[in-house]
Amino acid sequence: MADLNKGEEPVDRKSDVSATEAAEAAEPAGAVEAAIEAPVERGEPILQVRNLVKHFPLTQGILFKRQIGAVKAVDGISFDLYQGETLGIVGESGCGKSTVAKLLMLLETATSGEVFYKGQDITKLSGRALRAVRRNIQMVFQDPYTSLNPRMTVGDIIGEPFDIHPEGAPKGDRRRKVQELLDVVGLNPEYINRYPHQFSGGQRQRIGIARGLALNPEIIICDEPVSALDVSVQAQVINLMEKLQDEFNLSYLFIAHDLSIVRHISDRVGVMYLGKMAEIGTDAEIYDHPTHPYTQALLSAVPVPDPEAREGRERIILTGDVPSPANPPSGCRFRTRCWKAQDKCATEVPVLAIPERFKDSETLAAHESACHFAEEKDVVHAA
Amino acid sequence: MTTIDKTAGLPEPRSGRDGGTPLLEVRDLHVEFHTRDGVAKAVNGVNYTVDAGETLAVLGESGSGKSVTAQAIMGILDMPPGKIPQGEILFRGEDMLAMSNEERRKIRGQKIAMIFQDALSALNPVLSVGYQLGEMFRVHQGLSKKQAKAKAVELMERVRIPAAKERVNDYPHQFSGGMRQRIMIAMALALDPDLIIADEPTTALDVTVQAQVMDLLAELQQEFNMGLILITHDLGVVADVADKIAVMYAGRIVETAPVHELYKRPAHPYTRGLLDSIPRLDQKGQELYAIKGLPPNLTRIPTGCAFNPRCPKAEDICRTETPVLHQVTEQGGGEIAGRGSACHFWKETIHG
Repeated sequence: MADLNKGEEPVDRKSDVSATEAAEAAEPAGAVEAAIEAPVERGEPILQVRNLVKHFPLTQGILFKRQIGAVKAVDGISFDLYQGETLGIVGESGCGKSTVAKLLMLLETATSGEVFYKGQDITKLSGRALRAVRRNIQMVFQDPYTSLNPRMTVGDIIGEPFDIHPEGAPKGDRRRKVQELLDVVGLNPEYINRYPHQFSGGQRQRIGIARGLALNPEIIICDEPVSALDVSVQAQVINLMEKLQDEFNLSYLFIAHDLSIVRHISDRVGVMYLGKMAEIGTDAEIYDHPTHPYTQALLSAVPVPDPEAREGRERIILTGDVPSPANPPSGCRFRTRCWKAQDKCATEVPVLAIPERFKDSETLAAHESACHFAEEKDVVHAA
Repeated sequence: MTTIDKTAGLPEPRSGRDGGTPLLEVRDLHVEFHTRDGVAKAVNGVNYTVDAGETLAVLGESGSGKSVTAQAIMGILDMPPGKIPQGEILFRGEDMLAMSNEERRKIRGQKIAMIFQDALSALNPVLSVGYQLGEMFRVHQGLSKKQAKAKAVELMERVRIPAAKERVNDYPHQFSGGMRQRIMIAMALALDPDLIIADEPTTALDVTVQAQVMDLLAELQQEFNMGLILITHDLGVVADVADKIAVMYAGRIVETAPVHELYKRPAHPYTRGLLDSIPRLDQKGQELYAIKGLPPNLTRIPTGCAFNPRCPKAEDICRTETPVLHQVTEQGGGEIAGRGSACHFWKETIHG
């Protein structure tokens, strides 16, 4: 079967996804499951997101609801997640980064667009095939205080995935398996009968990570996993996540707003603004050679923990707030806060591509950036 | 202040120190909370001073007592369960803890004002922001509703809220997070206080908005020569705005230093650990330095130095003897102004 090794095939970054889609429509459900089981080589795309859109309808009226508009939380996003890598997603609150996480987890139904996991469009799956996908994509949540059920013991919380996916661990074996997981995340295996309130924030986040690891997933989506933790504990959890990535060969989608932590953990970074990807590239490309004005402003606004830098540093301070996603600006969405904006920006939506002027350039500035006037500017080191 | 001064726009310039008394001095402050699990000792002998025009950053993790100290200064501590068994808080040389409620109320808001972390829960959702801002003038200065509203508009303009006249009757939920925080700042500035306490003023904000708000705060502080106590856990924000820093751990100040000194050569292992755990460019791909263990439970603070179970340098003396805040000196013996470290091994930490 041709589809069986879809995932193993060296797929080009911008592979022709419509072909995959057509092939998939014809095949029986069992084949989908087989494709999902197939391993992916390191460095190959494991998750391909294409034109993902999520609009939340705004309605009026009680009995006869009619739609009067939509909050365009995610408005056409495409990116690849490669096996074994960490892709960081940064952006201000309200830019849609958490909605992306929910869409990839299939906790929300996409308005349109595709999410290919090993070549299978998971937004169209159902039944057994969907369950098999869900087992392989897990999530770690932001707030360790509300994401753990206070009435369940730690053992029940970490073991719950096995109730839904019994093939993960045979019944008699579960307790041992849970204790193993506790050990893996650096908690005492004897704590299995304790309740979440008996743990500190950092320890709770470890429990959340253990739950995410329970089914041996391939992808873990982390939505702000350390932002609720104290500074000294953040480093512990980041170290743990890096260790687990090596140990279990995981791919991370790491959503956060702390740019220094994202840089530390990520291989590639995507910058989101108002439901769209503004710029994406390797960590060095984004941090040292940003070409999108929003990325430059974002990076320059980060306080640097070095008092020597405070006088000389050039800072781009944006005026105003992020516009409402229910009524985003025409053309480039950043134009209302951009100092480079011209008439063209109001009429033409910039596409996410390597800017024309850097096409033949060998420098790190040659990465995808959605700006008509992309220009390199080193804001991190500028003194 | 009972007279109505309509021209009260700019205060008279204040001198840095009036006859040597600092603007605010906290002396050996203790705060404890009586809970079912025992007595939680949130603050255990804190000392610090702030002068006019100066920014003191109080740095610490959650549970280090930094906010409780601020609440004690403001006089908004819940008592009971809170209790201040000993200590003094001197404002311009007068002990506020010995004052009557009425006297304290005169200081609160007029002389010392506070900016809270979460503007959405600090503002009243059922009252318009104009009404809430005007309350300061109505209560403290006895202005009429109309005058108070005019003042509120003025304040909103001062913190650069666009279209202040139209927005004065809006409710808190109609503003964005950054704008709400500006309203909090406006409220704190209303009566031209001498001292502002900002408790994590930007923690809930995005970085781009955080930069706007911190800039505004610094500008206003300079304009009115106010003292500022900035409470935060963000080492980046501190580096940007502070003049001097007090690092707190388990209810004590473990290190004090001028801002440049602290980042260059910390004199306490905890401060060093915090600085080392910031991800740095040249450490990419390596393990981050992490302070091992967890902050202590405040009902069971370890004997000796509270940091000893987590400290890489801990020795027997650290487990038995509580270190005092030592004056930090240069290797040759010269005192370094404003530097102190509550570590038995501060010499090794800073010079070693």
